[in-house]
Amino acid sequence: MSHHEIQKPTDITIPDTSLFAKLPVIGGVLAVVGLGATLGSAMGADKARAMFSYLWAFESVLALVLGAFGFLVIDITVRSQWSIVVRRIAETMQATLPFFFVLWLPIALIGMHELYPWTHETDAILERKRWFLSTGFWWGRAIVYFVLWTVISRFLYTSSVKLDGLGDNQAEKDKIIKRTWAVAAPGILIYALTQSFAAVDWMMSLQPHWYSTIYGVYYFSSSILVFFAVTTLVSMALQRAGVLKTAITPEHFHDLGKFTFGFVIFWAYIAFSQFILIWYANIPEETEFYMLRMEGGWQWVSYALPVLHFALPFLYLVSRQVKRARWPLALGCVWLVLMHLLDMYWLILPAYGAHGGGEHHAHLAVSWLDFAALLGMVGAFLAVFGFLLKKNKVIAINDPRLADSLAHENY
Amino acid sequence: MSENIPTWGLLAQYEDPHSIYQACEQVRDAGYQQWDACAPFPVHGLDRAMGVKPSRLPWIVLVVGLVGSALGLWLQAWTSGSAYPFITGGKPLFSLPAFVPVWYEMTVLASCLAAFFGNWILNGLPRLHHPAFASRAFERATDDKFFIMIEAADPKFDLAQTEALLKSTGATHVEVLEP
Repeated sequence: MSHHEIQKPTDITIPDTSLFAKLPVIGGVLAVVGLGATLGSAMGADKARAMFSYLWAFESVLALVLGAFGFLVIDITVRSQWSIVVRRIAETMQATLPFFFVLWLPIALIGMHELYPWTHETDAILERKRWFLSTGFWWGRAIVYFVLWTVISRFLYTSSVKLDGLGDNQAEKDKIIKRTWAVAAPGILIYALTQSFAAVDWMMSLQPHWYSTIYGVYYFSSSILVFFAVTTLVSMALQRAGVLKTAITPEHFHDLGKFTFGFVIFWAYIAFSQFILIWYANIPEETEFYMLRMEGGWQWVSYALPVLHFALPFLYLVSRQVKRARWPLALGCVWLVLMHLLDMYWLILPAYGAHGGGEHHAHLAVSWLDFAALLGMVGAFLAVFGFLLKKNKVIAINDPRLADSLAHENY
Repeated sequence: MSENIPTWGLLAQYEDPHSIYQACEQVRDAGYQQWDACAPFPVHGLDRAMGVKPSRLPWIVLVVGLVGSALGLWLQAWTSGSAYPFITGGKPLFSLPAFVPVWYEMTVLASCLAAFFGNWILNGLPRLHHPAFASRAFERATDDKFFIMIEAADPKFDLAQTEALLKSTGATHVEVLEP
């Protein structure tokens, strides 16, 4: 009822003195030190362990960026209004996708042999899968993913930024927005296929005999969940840095909280769907995945995930008051980011040491390389993210639906 | 208005959402408790303007949902594990993973029923008649007019004073409702 009182926000660029403005430097240093240490170790005796840490860090951060990409193509297609005030944050996150090709290269160039048993082992099952799990095809698929991600993410980002400078030129704005609609809708299909196949190629093939048809959806559920949690935290951090102080209201945080809550349930639903079919059928080639995660300390992670990644956050975020209050919501989001890292760790690390044939036993053993790789990977992301965030406005100030988003209210 | 006919309350008509929003704030600030507002479409923030307290419905849903959840799990554990022990697929008698789908559905079912019928009970439904239905003007509450009704049961209710208040808030038409 107070549409006329809402002004366009003016605090829409990162101040030079804020921490956000220093992200390129801080992130850059973290990236050089963290990734340097990890890849340096990958040159020595710890090569396999270092590459597993690297893959874990890469997939954990890529999940966030792909989540932003998926959110954006869906958000544009459904003509969402509530999200305009936080959409530039998602646009900037997914605009870092092309850069992830560089971060992916060490996996293919240095660690491929250590990570993926199918590159050099063989048996009757692997021979039947050879047409798909062969080095050349694997490379080719990865190139296709990165080309598609680069083209679409750059297009969506530059289109949105172009609107900023168009003022009241409604005809030109409509033309650009209609073009993003035309790209975003098929973009959903491309996103669904590429992120699923990327998860299969880079994570599921760590245990090449095993297969799960829901694996791509599992990765999606983790990725979209961490996206909403991180977007909430970034929005809060931006407000602390003196940006968008009035534009993002408890109504928007409530919606971000609802999405976070919803995808907590979605993650559990998908994770359990994968588990129960394998548990019920009890066929050795399928149970291999869970057998590996029920020994050597990993069983505690397997038991902890349903409780800490689902039950606790479910009971916590179910409350409307929590979703509308700043610090309680921030706490829930930080917790879910940590759980996302644990989830990815549980997906990737048990495969470490699965080489040389014979029976493989997994042992849960955290290494300093995990922390180095994670800090480096987060640093690399923050450097590019911070650079782009500083370069342009942090809100799509000229989007025709901005007024609706500013006035957004939940019933 | 005659003093000797029994009064259920007063009905006031407003022409647009803005005026009913401001009228609600004034009625709220005047300290009335038993009153309601009707609009042909949702008016954003009207519950705040009316000073409506948060609904108790979430707590009802939570409690009934948890009871349904416990009941769903107990029913399966008791039937498969104790009342009629029967080994299925070589699994233990108490196999939690096998119980999860029904456990989950029972939680959802109990929560949904609690939300649906809790909503009825808190709103005093089912109710076949309401004093406002006697008013010809009120028929337009589902079309293009906005209404506030204050019940005579409200401790602050005084026919003359309440009518004066409603008129001062910009009501275009005020009438007495009989029980």
